[in-house]
Amino acid sequence: MPVSDLALRPSRPDTAGDDSLRSYRLRRRALRVLLYATAFVTMAIVIIPLTFSVLGGFRDSQQLSADPVGLPSPWVFDNYTTLLKSGSFWRQVWNSTFVALLTTLFVLPAASLSAFVLARYKFRGRELVYGLFTLGLLFPVAVAILPLFIVLRQVGLLSNPLGVALPQAAFGLPLSIVIMRPFFQAIPQSLQDAARIDGCGPLRFYWYVMLPLSRPVLSTIAVISIVGSWNAFLLPLLVLIDPNQHTLPIGVNNISSQFSTDYSVVLAYTTLSMIPALIFYALAERQIIGGLTNGAVKE
Amino acid sequence: MPWPTIIVFLLPALALYVVFLLIPIVLSTRYSLYAWNGFGPLEDFVGLDNFQQAFSDARFRSALWHNAVIVIFSLVIQLPAALALAMLLNAKLRGRAVMRTVFFAPYVLSEVVTGVVWRQILRPDGLLDQSMQGVGLGGWTQGWLSDPDVVLYALFFIISWKYFGFHMILMLAGLQQIPGELKEAASIDGANAWTTFRYVTLPLLMPTVRVSLFLSVIGALQIFDLVWVTTKGGPIGASSTMSTFLYDRFRDSRFGYASAVSIIIFGFSLVVALLYQRFALRRDLEGAGAGV
Repeated sequence: MPVSDLALRPSRPDTAGDDSLRSYRLRRRALRVLLYATAFVTMAIVIIPLTFSVLGGFRDSQQLSADPVGLPSPWVFDNYTTLLKSGSFWRQVWNSTFVALLTTLFVLPAASLSAFVLARYKFRGRELVYGLFTLGLLFPVAVAILPLFIVLRQVGLLSNPLGVALPQAAFGLPLSIVIMRPFFQAIPQSLQDAARIDGCGPLRFYWYVMLPLSRPVLSTIAVISIVGSWNAFLLPLLVLIDPNQHTLPIGVNNISSQFSTDYSVVLAYTTLSMIPALIFYALAERQIIGGLTNGAVKE
Repeated sequence: MPWPTIIVFLLPALALYVVFLLIPIVLSTRYSLYAWNGFGPLEDFVGLDNFQQAFSDARFRSALWHNAVIVIFSLVIQLPAALALAMLLNAKLRGRAVMRTVFFAPYVLSEVVTGVVWRQILRPDGLLDQSMQGVGLGGWTQGWLSDPDVVLYALFFIISWKYFGFHMILMLAGLQQIPGELKEAASIDGANAWTTFRYVTLPLLMPTVRVSLFLSVIGALQIFDLVWVTTKGGPIGASSTMSTFLYDRFRDSRFGYASAVSIIIFGFSLVVALLYQRFALRRDLEGAGAGV
């Protein structure tokens, strides 16, 4: 008997009388129908907006205002082909990719080195440092944006991809450390003792033992920071002033206010910009979901 | 381990953290005590006037109220729905792997994409309006994003669309940690679906529910991107939040005032975090003996 769905199943009646067994089966079937119906409706609510966006890109703007519901007729390919041929779209794809990789490149070593000592060594003030890092969870970019902008202006990082990547890495540290620390703590102490007896210092232990054993959590952090950076809006909007540096979210936002009458172009742009994110999600689903749940459930 | 080594290990993260997070917090606190437009020296010390002004500013108060509405709706509607869907995915349904992937997908999309697409769907005579007319519900259409009485609820729907998958995944992970034997035992003892849920599943799931609750409240207090892209807090401030109010003041070059608002948001979040720490975390750790 599958155990996992017991909670969702009407309890089996004690008496095995024909009537009650039939009503039990009936109720069970009704419940399953209800579950599938709920699942179906939820799927529709998620999928319809995405489909609308994809199909909307294949309409012209008249079609879109006259009949946004059905399939495009005729199918219009101009919106997509024009965008795919435009230099600015690809530049934004590249800018988004570059900033995302840069962010990850900063956050991975910084977070893992800290999480490593916070997990494996006892020292005075350790919990204080950890608490200080977790405090960052309460101060997201949108709330810190004003002083952050002033700091970036002061150190001359405006109009510079580093001005987005470095703060993003800093704001990514709290979650990364919260996710990594329990993972590092779970690695057996005997490994560390053996390494020490063999004369392996902390740095070599970190590099040759901890990191190779921590690939799953490292890839989770990488994926989370790439997705976060890829989607980031406010910080790039304020920092990357030069249009040549704009990332995709900025592009989408700009085009939706620029072409506020030509909705089909907006939808084509939006669709193209979400495709990389969805492909990445399809490839890295396990890391994303696994990382988020590990961090939060163990915390 | 010797101190210098510890410091070397902590240094990269601490440096990033201090420069881009702690210094901004400290600066915010300082600016919040001045009337300042962002340029020139900080001279005009006004004490706590900015805070006082915020709480007597009708626009800020309504923004605060909107945050409260989003918090309450998230707790009363979004989280129970997420829990229900997590239980659905935990049941042996055909295609549940696909369902999980689809349900979580909006969380991966950017706030900008979400906002732009929903704006197109909800615009007057857009996809939703025409679909409703098509099935004879034409009389029920609203100015979803343009009617001040409706916009906040429409926005809440979009927020839920974007984030329910996250909470669902958290709770699914929590559900999967509950040993099946417990539910089986309850069932053998004659518990029906509801009593099993109420007295076995839910108590064991509480640590996860509390994490979800905490993240949801914090997220609702701080929400910015999605609101800004979808409505810019409008029309006439009917969907503003504390963060959009903050950003508007930033754009007005009222840096002192905006800083005070950011400290207020931080303060609210801190109170929630301390409450969570005080009431939930300790109990959860005692119960679970978890690593942290």
